[in-house]
Amino acid sequence: MNLEYKVEGGDFTSAGLASSQIKKILKQLNVDPAVIKRVVIALYEAEVNIVAHAYRGVIKAQIDGGGINLTLEDEGPGIPDVEMAMTPGFSTASKAVREMGFGAGMGLPNISENADDFKIDTIVGQGTTLRIGIKFR
Amino acid sequence: MKVKDVAQKLGLEVYSAPEGLEREVTGGYTSDLLSDVMGHAKEGQIWITLQTHKNIMAVASLRDLAAIILVKGFKPDADTIELSAQEGIPLLGTKMQAFELSGSLCELLK
Repeated sequence: MNLEYKVEGGDFTSAGLASSQIKKILKQLNVDPAVIKRVVIALYEAEVNIVAHAYRGVIKAQIDGGGINLTLEDEGPGIPDVEMAMTPGFSTASKAVREMGFGAGMGLPNISENADDFKIDTIVGQGTTLRIGIKFR
Repeated sequence: MKVKDVAQKLGLEVYSAPEGLEREVTGGYTSDLLSDVMGHAKEGQIWITLQTHKNIMAVASLRDLAAIILVKGFKPDADTIELSAQEGIPLLGTKMQAFELSGSLCELLK
């Protein structure tokens, strides 16, 4: 099964929509709730990252019997120092975003903790692509 | 214990989703950082926060939380109430601040 969702940068009103729909689908497929939880945490964080940092992006989800592969490709500023971005507590989020309770520097670490496979490709000034793989068992 | 018992015993205001008052409460989680709640809250917990925007409902729904309690008399945004009703997850409120409310809830759930 292949799914695709568009995400607009700065649009916090629809942040979490893709996560919510994918959660419903995984439930219908009777995926283990502990696995669904990991998918939802990783995807929500990645979705919010696009909203908080990029101009726009596309989320692609590929689901088969063995697991889910998520690709989140954004047009945005890119990440100058990936290692730094992966450090818990480090954030480049704006003041407005932080006041909403986002941008605490927990996003990428949360994704990494919950994914079986996690890869970041980024080009400064162009954008970032996240690949997240989670196995169903 | 159900959300309605917590609401009644702590004298909480119910802003939305009264049908969700029947949800079972397994514990509580106090935080204003959405990623913290996303990553660490557990299913069935009541979330105590001062955030009032609609993203809190997305987090509560994604993590199957029992309810949200807004502290210090903060009122939910209109679209937060709307989403709460849609998801059937109650939004509650109190004049207490987070420390006080967390203590009371903790005591109640012992």
